[in-house]
Amino acid sequence: MDWEKLGLKMGLEIHQQLNTDHKLFCQCSTKLTDEEYNEIIERNLRPTQSELGKIDRAAFQESLKKSNFKYESFDYHTCLVESDDEPPHSLNKQALEISIIIGKLMNMHIVDEFHTMRKQVIDGSNTGGFQRTGLIATDGYLETPYGKVIIESLGLEEDAARRIKTTNEYTEFRLDRLGIPLVEITTDPSMHHPKQVQKVAYMIGQVLRSTNVKRGLGTIRQDLNISIAKGARVEIKGVQNLDLIPDIVENEVKRQLALIEIKNILNKRNAEVLDEIHDITKLFENTNSKILNNANTIKAIILKGFNGIIGKEIQPGRRFGSEIASYAKKRGVSGIFHSDELPAYGITKEEVIKVKKFLNIQKEDAFIIVAHDNDTAINALEEVKRRAKLGFKGVIEETRKSLDNGNTEYLRPLATANRMYLETDIPSFKINKKWINKIASNLPELQDEKKERIIKEYKLSEDLTNQLVRILESDRFEDILKDVKVDPTPVASLLAYDLRDIKREGYDINLLTNKHLKDIFTLFKDKKIAKDSIKKLTIATIQNPNEDIHKIAENNNLILLDSKDIEKIIDEIIVKNEDMIKERQMASIGPLMGIAMKKLKGKANGSAVNNIIQNKIQKLI
Amino acid sequence: MHPKHWVKAANLIADDISNGSDGVVVAHGTDTMHYTAAALSFMLETPVPIIITGAQRSSDRPSSDAHLNLINSVIAAKSNLSEVSVCMHGSLNDTYAYLHKGTKVRKMHTSRRDTFRSINYEPIAKIENNIMKINPHYEYIKRNEKELDINNSIEEKVGYIKSFPGISDEFIEYHIDKGYKGIVIEGTGLGHVPNVLINSLKRAKEEEIPVIMTSQCIYGRVNMNVYSTGREIIDSGVISGKDMTSETAYVKLCYVLGQTTDYKEVKELMNKNIAGEFNEKSSTKYFLN
Ligand SMILES: [Zn+2]
Repeated sequence: MDWEKLGLKMGLEIHQQLNTDHKLFCQCSTKLTDEEYNEIIERNLRPTQSELGKIDRAAFQESLKKSNFKYESFDYHTCLVESDDEPPHSLNKQALEISIIIGKLMNMHIVDEFHTMRKQVIDGSNTGGFQRTGLIATDGYLETPYGKVIIESLGLEEDAARRIKTTNEYTEFRLDRLGIPLVEITTDPSMHHPKQVQKVAYMIGQVLRSTNVKRGLGTIRQDLNISIAKGARVEIKGVQNLDLIPDIVENEVKRQLALIEIKNILNKRNAEVLDEIHDITKLFENTNSKILNNANTIKAIILKGFNGIIGKEIQPGRRFGSEIASYAKKRGVSGIFHSDELPAYGITKEEVIKVKKFLNIQKEDAFIIVAHDNDTAINALEEVKRRAKLGFKGVIEETRKSLDNGNTEYLRPLATANRMYLETDIPSFKINKKWINKIASNLPELQDEKKERIIKEYKLSEDLTNQLVRILESDRFEDILKDVKVDPTPVASLLAYDLRDIKREGYDINLLTNKHLKDIFTLFKDKKIAKDSIKKLTIATIQNPNEDIHKIAENNNLILLDSKDIEKIIDEIIVKNEDMIKERQMASIGPLMGIAMKKLKGKANGSAVNNIIQNKIQKLI
Repeated sequence: MHPKHWVKAANLIADDISNGSDGVVVAHGTDTMHYTAAALSFMLETPVPIIITGAQRSSDRPSSDAHLNLINSVIAAKSNLSEVSVCMHGSLNDTYAYLHKGTKVRKMHTSRRDTFRSINYEPIAKIENNIMKINPHYEYIKRNEKELDINNSIEEKVGYIKSFPGISDEFIEYHIDKGYKGIVIEGTGLGHVPNVLINSLKRAKEEEIPVIMTSQCIYGRVNMNVYSTGREIIDSGVISGKDMTSETAYVKLCYVLGQTTDYKEVKELMNKNIAGEFNEKSSTKYFLN
């Protein structure tokens, strides 16, 4: 596809949880929990008007669902702030500081004052019916291989509650995630190539991971804004895999092009969505279709001039009918039937003819059927009509959900500015210039830069360095090397790999201080212990954290013998094996090494032992 | 809410009722809702329900408790229970509300939705799924059982003192010197104050200024007979607030002093159950419910 000719424009919105000690507006932990909840709190939410007296269209659509919400609350893991039973406490300064670091790393201008706003969200994911959010920084940029990308804004906000399950009666959330500090980074919509978006998402991720942010599944979420010149802005939520971005973009552009084509056809055909909802339950009295047979009522509408349009593919494996169905599903039905796909699903050709005859429709017309109880079917068909009519407009501004195969599905209308208003429970917070300057003069190294520097400076392998930086052990590594001038590789491999094994074996590696590690590696540097003994000594240190390191090594027989003592032991072995040596000559080195190392295990280096044995044999024969 | 506003509210409600209202719902801020509820209970005799309600989460937020509270208040206002009561969330859930007797209710939490609790009592009704169930142990006044009557003269100059370990008699002396017409003392435990106050209490008696004793325990009944200091306090003319909340005792004293300035009559009225503010009988159910 010719992206430039299509006028493709894309922007990114990235959400990242911060690794703070407590939540943004209360003292609760930012760790998630899988413990059994202590209480369920049941709530409802209703849209409120903005200061200008308007109701946000996304909030309004949500409210039509009349949902009941249940919240899993914990006696000690969450508090009354999360359950919306206590006003928020004051702003978490640690979160503010991390946000300023991120802003500065992206060359942004930090605001003078942080104002907390309420962003209305009534899908239940926020107990208050709004998310608290505020602007931290504006007007930054990142240099990318595709040129400068403008970072429009950096916000600091609360994460939403975790959705646990959805049933027909209610949606259940867990309060543990609600209120975890989150930064929201928004680029301007000026990216023109899918690969560029992927690269920028990666680069922003790099910036984030060089600061104190949470790691692992679900701690970062990418949203994508896409439009083409003749289309409209669509926001795609929850892109998990960056490698999927080019597919998502391509599929969305295909969808927008197809919708534009549909619009042109419909207008040319003078097509029309008829308002009347027909009850056709009687026509299916003896049907073999299970779904229709089980339904209380079956209702249909007529789409004049739509024949062939509803079945038209707009994304790989998704038809215009899928778009219509996703609107209907928001009203509680599991799907729709349309004339372009029938006969199917147990509905016969004869039944289709019967319906067409009953509705009195022509060849170029289409119909859509919904089977459910009376009210749900009517509500769903109203949504079907609404979406079908939007077909005449081409592409609609929507928020869509990213699917695993690179496709997207309708979620809700794009939110409007009407959902933002001031949070009156929290005073504004002045950010003083001195603080910003202090932070700016002490910014962390970006992850990629750090890796490159460590490889160069310490001559470590790339694999070892990657692992060291990934598990956040590089600072400790450098601290040890600063004080103990020792071969860096064993230090890095203890930190990057062995510590994890030791932990897995059930030892509490938190008992290990940097001082312990420095003592261990000092012994190694001074050739008091063998390389193979480092892990053993580390475990022994965890078991006796207050003992002198030399004593620990001694008690565990890890201290290397000096060469005189080694010679003595070898001499004894040689005397005992004289016959064998005489018989096998130099070939006796192998068996002798075996006997010696068994005796000297952990107390002598193999190469030194080997040298001594060789010398002694040569003298003897 | 100044005591003046109680009078204004009582007048407006009485007007509404005499103009034909079959029930009244009063929207009120929550902080002083229980003071107003007690005041209206003393000032009004009503043939229709008078329900006071409000919200702990402001109505500008989607999660506001105002919605459930208002709907349930209207249900209560249409009911047969013709008294002044407070209708608020019964739990943290948006599922049911409780109706509390106007003289036996208190705000017990700074921010929770279920902040209002019946003190030394039980909720008099529960409203859930649009159905109101009256507590079967509660003998209520039925619709049109009473005729509308308003008695709205009150005394504003009533003092309210909390006793504490380091308190001195200056607190009482000050109120007497400044011309206060009555004093409520929130004592410790069963209704005690340090010995150092006895002389100032005796002076109040001599100057015929009624003093009512309540307890800062919030729950339980005042009983000054148990300890010797208590008996001295009684000898100083102090009147027991029984199981009234301190707030209700304060409002009642404002009301009673509005009816009469005669010391003996004040004492008599304070000991008379006017609007269900006392319970002679206690129950194990009446604590932290
Ligand atoms: Zn909390």
